[in-house]
Amino acid sequence: MFYREAGQFKSSYQADQAIFPIVQDRWFMALVIAVAFVFIPFFADEYWHQAVIIPFLIMSLAAIGLNILTGYAGLVSLGTGAFMAVGGYATYKISTAFPELNIIIVFFLAGGITAAVGMVFGAPSLRIKGFYLAVATLAAQFFILWCFNKVEWFFNYSPSGTITAPPREVFGILISGPEAEPLARYYTCLIFLCVFALAAKNMVRGHVGRSWMAIRDMDIAAEIIGIRPLQTKLSAFGISSFYCGIAGALYVFCWLGSVETEAFDILNVSFPVLFMVIIGGLGSILGSILGAAFVTLLPIFLTNAPPMVGLVIAADLAKHVEEIIFGLLIMFFLIVEPHGLNRLWQIAKEKIRQWPFPY
Amino acid sequence: MKIRHLLLAAAGIVVGVTGVTEAKRAYADDLFFPVMVYRTGPYAPSGIPIANAIQDFVALINKRDGGIEGNRIVSEECETKYNTKVGVECYEKLKKKHGGAMFVNPNSTGLTYQLIPKAAVDKITILSSGYGRTAAADGRVFPWVFNFPSTYWSQASAFVNYVGQEIGGLDKLSGQHIAHVHHNSAYGKEANPTLQTLSKKYGFKLTLLAVDHPGQEQKATWLQVRRKRPDWVFMSGWGVMNQVAIKEANGIGYPMDKFVGNWWSGSDADVIPAGDGSIGYKSTNMHAAGTNYPVFKDIIKYVYGGDAAKAKANNVGEVLYNRMINTYTFATEAVRDAVKAAGGKRPNGDQVRAAFEGLNMTKERLAARGIGGFTWPLKVSCKNHEGDAPGVFIQQWDGKQWKLISDFIPAMSDVVRPMVEKAAAAYAKENNITPRSC
Repeated sequence: MFYREAGQFKSSYQADQAIFPIVQDRWFMALVIAVAFVFIPFFADEYWHQAVIIPFLIMSLAAIGLNILTGYAGLVSLGTGAFMAVGGYATYKISTAFPELNIIIVFFLAGGITAAVGMVFGAPSLRIKGFYLAVATLAAQFFILWCFNKVEWFFNYSPSGTITAPPREVFGILISGPEAEPLARYYTCLIFLCVFALAAKNMVRGHVGRSWMAIRDMDIAAEIIGIRPLQTKLSAFGISSFYCGIAGALYVFCWLGSVETEAFDILNVSFPVLFMVIIGGLGSILGSILGAAFVTLLPIFLTNAPPMVGLVIAADLAKHVEEIIFGLLIMFFLIVEPHGLNRLWQIAKEKIRQWPFPY
Repeated sequence: MKIRHLLLAAAGIVVGVTGVTEAKRAYADDLFFPVMVYRTGPYAPSGIPIANAIQDFVALINKRDGGIEGNRIVSEECETKYNTKVGVECYEKLKKKHGGAMFVNPNSTGLTYQLIPKAAVDKITILSSGYGRTAAADGRVFPWVFNFPSTYWSQASAFVNYVGQEIGGLDKLSGQHIAHVHHNSAYGKEANPTLQTLSKKYGFKLTLLAVDHPGQEQKATWLQVRRKRPDWVFMSGWGVMNQVAIKEANGIGYPMDKFVGNWWSGSDADVIPAGDGSIGYKSTNMHAAGTNYPVFKDIIKYVYGGDAAKAKANNVGEVLYNRMINTYTFATEAVRDAVKAAGGKRPNGDQVRAAFEGLNMTKERLAARGIGGFTWPLKVSCKNHEGDAPGVFIQQWDGKQWKLISDFIPAMSDVVRPMVEKAAAAYAKENNITPRSC
């Protein structure tokens, strides 16, 4: 009744190709952005910022990165953690070597370095596919983390091998280091996510994204219609790694503040990001964000839910229960909708469109 | 029929839950102790005795003494899985509860690294007793962090001191070969710089062997030990890594009395799985094992209602259990001083920090708290957060229990302290901190 595109006529190609061609969608999106920029900072306290929202934003960015590679270009990667580590360590190295350099520029430089590393490790994708490529990226995961743990230059010879994000300012506002306000770090992550999500959305709708999808759907056919596999696959690896690199930089500088390589562990980062992409929906930007919400927010909710309703249970039992329920929910969603949360969202929109007279 | 069963079950759950909820009692103030634990995951073998000990000790203080100076201790556990990210979430969740945390004991070196910059801003004292960032012993750069009775570096130097004693003098160290088997993390690597410096100074050969998280796979490490045949193996392990290492060492026939763990690698859960194979294994310690001290009699009496068997099943008397009794005795004494400074009320962050800094645990005070002879007396100062008596005991597993086999072995503070100050100064420079003057 309320959600109808009837009567909305497009008079230009531009209008027809908009990201949100329907007025209601545009309003809805504007509302979401307004909530994110205005309302959440009002209501969130430090715990919400630090433990809930900031990790969610950063993991969303990483999930978008992996979705570009896995969802759009069809190249499975288990090296997300390592690429994020490259971003984080590169930011640390550049920022400690050139303290005067604006941190935003450093983030982009680190993204560039990660893109280069990603392309090097993505090169085998020209010859190998599917599970075999996953194993090759697994090698990247182990090699890069081993390297950061072993070569002391990467952590400035600190005796414990830990890197600590130094305090850095943007326009006079601290965004990293212990003194940085959670709000400043929140806005930094949010702006990065918005800009990069928009960029990704436009990329996948355009020439680049279409060639990725062509390669994903059938690489031989894509080659025949004139898409060059080398450039396409490497660009997917490069751009995906760029996203992961920026996510890794934010992960170190705007969230954790001090990390060792264990923070980029395969079980802590690479697999969860892959799950976000699968649960959210392969080949969907919105899906990446929904998947990140599911994987990062749900466990926190499950840990905090029993005390909220007055249930007092032991911490370890709560953790076990959380893991069981989390696992069951993953299975439930994958059985109910194998195409991910994004598909559920589309079905919901379809239902609203026909409401109250479904046929 | 089925519905009735369901209703009965639901009613049962409700009754159970309300039974668990603690009744309110009259106390002046609540003193909140957040408790970071890991009863799950690969570090649970080490985490469970720690968690049980903290729970018991808080219960003891509340039941026996009516809290600290009439103020009840409130504690809340948060499961970190020994994962720093989950730990940060726990810290953020707990730090402001019940009027604010008195202090934080992260029970993880990785998490301590993470919290050091944050705690200074939140004005919460970090107590990383015998672990954490070694450089934090320099109180001028790290006013909010305390790591008495000994840092990792002091501990490693005390171990070298011990080896010197065993072979008849530090001058005989040259020509010896020491291997350091360590967890490949901030924690495990901590001792390396000290061992490297000492290796240069005394001329012993040093081999560093890293074991990756979580430490269940160590075949390659011990193959190297077998090939290189070091005279001594020092280990910095944690969780499941310890028991695997002891089994592997046993598997290659390494002499157990030359294998010395640091004090996080020498609890009952570490040696029992290897059975008789672990007899003779040594480790450093900061206190005694067993229950022959008044505080444990009180725990059995007040917390377990005299049920010694139940207490034993809950790890009472195990090394890591005793570790936390030791740590929390020191901590509650510091909080007691802070409460007194605050006029019997809940102290604020600055008062707690000042109390930790002024903590003077004399022989008499230790005895008064029921741990006389259990550990050594020490005094914390503004400049030195490690305490004025860094060092270790050496203990050995005899197949049934841990026994102290050495007197107090002092650390080589003349070597370690300059390194600490250098590392602290480097940290201060990197993070724009102006050290206080003490």
